[in-house]
Amino acid sequence: MKFQTIHSRMVPLPATNVDTDQIIPARFLKTISKEGLGANLFCDWRYDAQGKPKPDFILNQPRAQGALVLLAGDNFGCGSSREHAPWALTQFGFRAVISTSFADIFRGNSLKNGLLPVIVPAGVHADLFRAVEKDPDATVKIDLARQILTTPSGREVEFPVDSFSRHCLLEGVDELGYMLQHEAKIAAFEGKRAASINTLAN
Amino acid sequence: MPRTIIEKLWDSHVVYEQPDAPALLFIDLHLTHEVTSAQAFQGLRDCGLKVRRPDLTLATADHSIPSTDRSLPIVDELGRKQIEQLEKNCKEFGIPYYGIHSDRQGIVHVIGPELGLTQPGMTVVCGDSHTATHGAFGALAFGIGTSQVEHVLATQCLLQTKSKTYQVQVNGSLKNGVAAKDIILALIAKIGIGGGTGCVFEYTGRAIRALSMEERMTVCNMSIEGGARAGLVAPDDTTFQYLNGRPHAPKGADWDASVARWKQLPSDEGAQYDRSVTIDADQLEPMITFGTNPGMGVPINAPVPSPSQIADPAARADLEKALRYMAIEGGKPLVGHPVDVVFIGSCTNSRISDLRTAASVLKGRKVNPKVRVLVVPGSQEVKRQAAAEGLPEIFRAAGADYREPGCSMCLAMNGDMVEPGKYSVSTSNRNFEGRQGPGARTFLASPLTAAASAITGVVTDVRTLL
Repeated sequence: MKFQTIHSRMVPLPATNVDTDQIIPARFLKTISKEGLGANLFCDWRYDAQGKPKPDFILNQPRAQGALVLLAGDNFGCGSSREHAPWALTQFGFRAVISTSFADIFRGNSLKNGLLPVIVPAGVHADLFRAVEKDPDATVKIDLARQILTTPSGREVEFPVDSFSRHCLLEGVDELGYMLQHEAKIAAFEGKRAASINTLAN
Repeated sequence: MPRTIIEKLWDSHVVYEQPDAPALLFIDLHLTHEVTSAQAFQGLRDCGLKVRRPDLTLATADHSIPSTDRSLPIVDELGRKQIEQLEKNCKEFGIPYYGIHSDRQGIVHVIGPELGLTQPGMTVVCGDSHTATHGAFGALAFGIGTSQVEHVLATQCLLQTKSKTYQVQVNGSLKNGVAAKDIILALIAKIGIGGGTGCVFEYTGRAIRALSMEERMTVCNMSIEGGARAGLVAPDDTTFQYLNGRPHAPKGADWDASVARWKQLPSDEGAQYDRSVTIDADQLEPMITFGTNPGMGVPINAPVPSPSQIADPAARADLEKALRYMAIEGGKPLVGHPVDVVFIGSCTNSRISDLRTAASVLKGRKVNPKVRVLVVPGSQEVKRQAAAEGLPEIFRAAGADYREPGCSMCLAMNGDMVEPGKYSVSTSNRNFEGRQGPGARTFLASPLTAAASAITGVVTDVRTLL
């Protein structure tokens, strides 16, 4: 699937250091499928002990329905390597997360699942939170081809993304397909290093 | 130009590199478990692909596996199905599998090293963020997501960009009662949980050299809690002595050649790091976390920070939220705080030396009757060694529950959990909200601190019992 330019309101979640155990708690990792995780996104913040949605949690409010962008606090996605975190976020409907920083593994997992981590400077980040506080329908535009985020006030902010991931997202390229093209190089490398590779047969 | 060990490991594993694209990096050892692999195997099946190097891949069951009697069926249907699926996948794709009844089963980061599979100079990956554990051997070891598990299965490679290098120099020597766990908790408290993002740590200095291999594994294990995907220690005689004679370690002339090769790995004199930090081991105290991420830690007798002392509004809100969840007040030390559960285990602290340490504190004492104490060895091998040394008898006589190997209460996937609102002192690696069960409140600490707190029923400075 090719990544299209996003026009969307934002769902603000200002907590910093949101870990993947919050995004999707470990007890939902017993699945052997990628599906069905969206309903449990932020489960322990979203539902009470009886499983009823907590009305004050942002994902349970009408403004979160149909929104494509999560506006998150610093260092989003720290902790476990579970790819279930981006799976749960995309199944809920998110296509991009805006923050000042992301944990490495989460960022890599997101890019492989059509979820764009958008890194913005602290000042822009604070402005975006102020904008959604003033107007819950404040809209951002995220143009991956130009690497430009347009704030609700119309300011254009460039965001970093490595050129390979950008290409894969825009063209819908499967990374594994790309890797398999290099089969001959892998075989040559293995041949050269055979003596120092310790196999389980040893 | 002089290179760090991190750069040497990178350079020796690049299969192919071109501008504007990540490098294709060869992976020497791929470890896998039931939780993050099923969707990857399904991906192979969907594309009609095989596992390229089943001889470089090893699977075990650790996360969802019960810590209770293994002769009984697994009660949790989802957990049982997940483990059965792994077994099926390993059979179908020809991967060695140390399953529920194997005498080599255990936490993936415990069995790799104890089998001698993890060796200096290797690249090691696993669909688990604590893969940095293997860095203790001078390997570049890091956690990956399920898409990357599929990539490694299909190609034995990963697309990677070079990380920055971050030297963590630990000078001096540890005082009695202060453990390897306290080094890493102190580091994370100092640099924060995002402090190492984008970096690989190299732990250096006299205090690191003085650590045993198992202690080095404890330090490297929690590199991800400082934001670094990998953390490592250059190999030395301690490394070679640990490896020599292990089932998968090289033998004979091959051993000598390997050691000669491994001796080339340490960072060159004058090699430059992108970043660095220094810790003085002489000044370290036993550490304990008070909040909801591993960076929220303090020396055990120091007061928990108070939100009123924090100027930055975001940091203050963070602390207030954590203290509210933990239902503790800032401004006072945690020592003396009541404890409901003590967990001794996890890929951080479930090796034989951890069990010996806990047993040395518990021997001849009784755990407080209000405290539920779980001791969960990291592997069948650790369990056998513990049995040979009479440790289970010590744990049981003290009133602790001694269990079967696995991840257990570290992430509470297998039914071992802390009840809502209860407090645990845990030797594991994460104190996130709900990590040990919904509503559970976790204090992370060393096995010494955990065992001491089990006896008194309150958070305790172990040095008062030594």
